[in-house]
Amino acid sequence: MSSSDKPTTPVKSTGLHVGEIKPGVAKKDPILIADGVRRQFGGLTAVDVAHVEIPRNAITALIGPNGAGKTTFFNLLTGFDIPNEGTWSFNGKSLAGVPAFKVARMGLIRTFQLTKALGLLTVMDNMKLGSTQQTGEKLWASVFHFLWKKKDVEIETQALDLLTRFKLDAKKDDYAASLSGGQRKLLEMARALMTKPELVMLDEPMAGVNPALTQSLLDHILNLKKEGMTVLFVEHDMHMVRHIADWVIVMAEGKVVAEGDPYEVMKNPAVIDAYLGSHQDVDLGTVTGRITLPKQGKEK
Amino acid sequence: MDVLGILSSTASFILDPTTMAYALAGLGLAVHFGFAGLLNMGMAGFMALGAYGYAIGILTFGLPWYLAAFVGIGASIVFALILGIPTLRLRGDYLAIVTIAAAEIIRLFLLTSAFVDVTGSADGLSGFNGPGGTVTNPIAGAGGFNDSNPIPDGEYGFPPFLDDERTWYLRIVGGIILAVGVYFVWRLVNSPWGRVIKGIREDEEAVRSLGKNVFAYKMQALIIGGVFGALGGLMLAFSTNVNSGVYVTSLTFFLWTALLLGGAATVFGPLVGSAIFWVLQAFLGLLFPALAKAGLLPFDSIQAAQIRFILIGVALVLLVVFRPQGIFGNKKELTFVK
Repeated sequence: MSSSDKPTTPVKSTGLHVGEIKPGVAKKDPILIADGVRRQFGGLTAVDVAHVEIPRNAITALIGPNGAGKTTFFNLLTGFDIPNEGTWSFNGKSLAGVPAFKVARMGLIRTFQLTKALGLLTVMDNMKLGSTQQTGEKLWASVFHFLWKKKDVEIETQALDLLTRFKLDAKKDDYAASLSGGQRKLLEMARALMTKPELVMLDEPMAGVNPALTQSLLDHILNLKKEGMTVLFVEHDMHMVRHIADWVIVMAEGKVVAEGDPYEVMKNPAVIDAYLGSHQDVDLGTVTGRITLPKQGKEK
Repeated sequence: MDVLGILSSTASFILDPTTMAYALAGLGLAVHFGFAGLLNMGMAGFMALGAYGYAIGILTFGLPWYLAAFVGIGASIVFALILGIPTLRLRGDYLAIVTIAAAEIIRLFLLTSAFVDVTGSADGLSGFNGPGGTVTNPIAGAGGFNDSNPIPDGEYGFPPFLDDERTWYLRIVGGIILAVGVYFVWRLVNSPWGRVIKGIREDEEAVRSLGKNVFAYKMQALIIGGVFGALGGLMLAFSTNVNSGVYVTSLTFFLWTALLLGGAATVFGPLVGSAIFWVLQAFLGLLFPALAKAGLLPFDSIQAAQIRFILIGVALVLLVVFRPQGIFGNKKELTFVK
């Protein structure tokens, strides 16, 4: 995973859908199905998804303009928010009325757009917290060291392995509060992987991460797929979406407006109109025809 | 001015049952606030339930003292459940509001004359420790806490800890409860369970997203801290009579001062914090009147004794501003500064 590795062209999963491509198209092997999910905040309908299916063992990108309801949709799917109506299921099990922590235990793990690193815990403790089914987390068992000692050593090894992969191993004894914004993103993702999830939902994993780190994050996400996990992520970086996503779902004003493989979707006029803009591949300076030099230093 | 007398009386407070009661309740607050991030502003209520549960268990239900102690502890568990079920789902600040109100409800409930037969109203309850103590009452008769004292009559120790067998028995019982309690809490917070509640203190949404039942953990922390509060009340009840005038809101804030002095997110902090708090409190409480008597302060001696409460308030403010981690706290692990 070092930077000297030439980024290999990821193997894209194809043939994920059944029938003609349209918003809400059926998938061959869906892991997550949402049906008629609607969430209103007062008069505002934040999410109104008629039907959507997330393909298993593929990387699906959820894109859309700001305020399209992507994060709200994430919250609804993971039990952090409750929709006004609708049904949604994970692996065929309905998730309606299931509290967030139980959703997580079923193997559906999410990260947050605003990173939630637990600042006053060490990086290692953050990681260990991710591990599931720890005897030592039960109140009475926790008092007896010998009951959970072995498991704790086990998960420490597992955590160290993950931290090494995310290049955070040197930081393991530091408080998470001392990490930079990008490192917190990495930590949050690594912590989510400690739960050994089936479906990982990443909310803007690349926001605020430098280009070199982005490359290694991309590799991590591609690896997740290799290991048999399903990934659903929200992202605004279209290069990244094109690079790693097998499937793209476009949301606008709470609705799914388009679906398809990344290259096709980005040619869709509705998507260009609602989200990408017509100058997505043109340098900004050329777009405005004005910016020739950054005006740093002149302000103030 | 009797300097030696002041110092001697002050030193005796290190091993005073009151100090131990504060340490126990402070330990409970450390579990609540320091580790789980629960803002409990009603610790006095938990202490009152421990003390009154014990006293009422003996006087009204005629239980042996050790069973009555469990009545006090049980009452605090029920109290924690009643408080926690509606409020732990809400944001932390609401718990603070609810606990401070609930503790007042408990106190006024104990004060009202409607239940005078059980609670003793404004007079409080006494005599439940059986004969031989500072309070005697024929109702309890033999078999009270005082009668369980195996130490033969007499004076033991050396000044300033030269005391009778009852005082030493109290110190030993308190010391044992404290030692077991400190070990228990130390084990708890250094276990995976402790990791989860510290995680909840930082960000409960994140912990929830990792599949932990945040509500259950917060409830467990609230109950454990509450039980330590009840043990503190119990300790007070072992040493003297119970009166609702003791379990006032300012008691809660004294506890907070002691806790923050030692360090909120520490196990030994509450112990040392309450020892320092009481020693200082006793010292100033004796020093100021003595100074006033000597004509060095422009107050009469009764007023002069009240100056210490002003100083406690100032100390609490300075502490929170300049050393929020307390004496023992890890500087990096501040619970106020994010």
